[in-house]
Amino acid sequence: MAEVIFFFAAIGAVAGAVGTVSLRNPFYAVLALVCHLLALAALFLLLRAEFVAAGQVIVYAGAVMVLYVFVVAYVGGTDEPLTASTGATLRFASIVFALALFVELTIALVGTSLSALDSEGAPYVPGFGTPAQVGELFLTRFLLGFEIASLLLLVAAVGAVILARRRAGLADPREISVAEVMRGREITATDAPPESMLEAGGPPQR
Amino acid sequence: LPLIWYLVASALIFSIGAGGVLVRRNPLVILLCIELMLNAANLALVAFSRAHGNMDGQIFALIVMVVAACEVAIGLGLIVAIFRRRLPIDVDELRELQG
Repeated sequence: MAEVIFFFAAIGAVAGAVGTVSLRNPFYAVLALVCHLLALAALFLLLRAEFVAAGQVIVYAGAVMVLYVFVVAYVGGTDEPLTASTGATLRFASIVFALALFVELTIALVGTSLSALDSEGAPYVPGFGTPAQVGELFLTRFLLGFEIASLLLLVAAVGAVILARRRAGLADPREISVAEVMRGREITATDAPPESMLEAGGPPQR
Repeated sequence: LPLIWYLVASALIFSIGAGGVLVRRNPLVILLCIELMLNAANLALVAFSRAHGNMDGQIFALIVMVVAACEVAIGLGLIVAIFRRRLPIDVDELRELQG
């Protein structure tokens, strides 16, 4: 039974990875990555890492992917042109390199003398991989790493806000007041300040 | 099922991600490919954690997820900043790192 689940999950994970790399529209690439993450969570469950699997689904497939979808929607899913400026030779060389990397890694794995890799793993101890055990390790042995991780998240959040804030050089989008709407005066692109969101809307539609 | 299968799957996903970083030119997709590589590393870590019956690998995998989330936040912030400046969202065009 475990073999069947493994192969389904592994095929799903690899297919999701291939879709992420090869799909032209970034929005579909994000969706393929979500499939990949869910299949990977199944693999984690097979390896008795329950908390990691749950964290994967909630944090990655939930939160991080929503962030991606928002940014793709904001930036606009610009399809890449079919004729790359880098040329087909470089693309071909990249694929050859990726294949060579996989062959090399597989040779290293198959040729290894680690005996644990040919077995099902260490005997299962009840409680392995549960949130209780993870929490205990985080608050005892890995307390320093835990605190540094929280600090890193804070720094990243502040940094992202500073990076994505509106610069002084660009005009703010014009605010539409309720009074103007009530007066029946429509705001058209002609009275929009340059480089504003209103101007980007194009000519007025009649 | 021998654990080596998990490691081979991890190697395959890592290679696909590495190839994607080299082939694609949209920074959004390159970030996604980096996620793929980090996830492959996570799979290997959890597999080794299972092999030894030791939870340290799972803790490492969770920390990797935290770092990946930070990387996503900063990377997407950079992409939004690039978009605001009306620069092309293309790593081949963005060669100059001047403000």
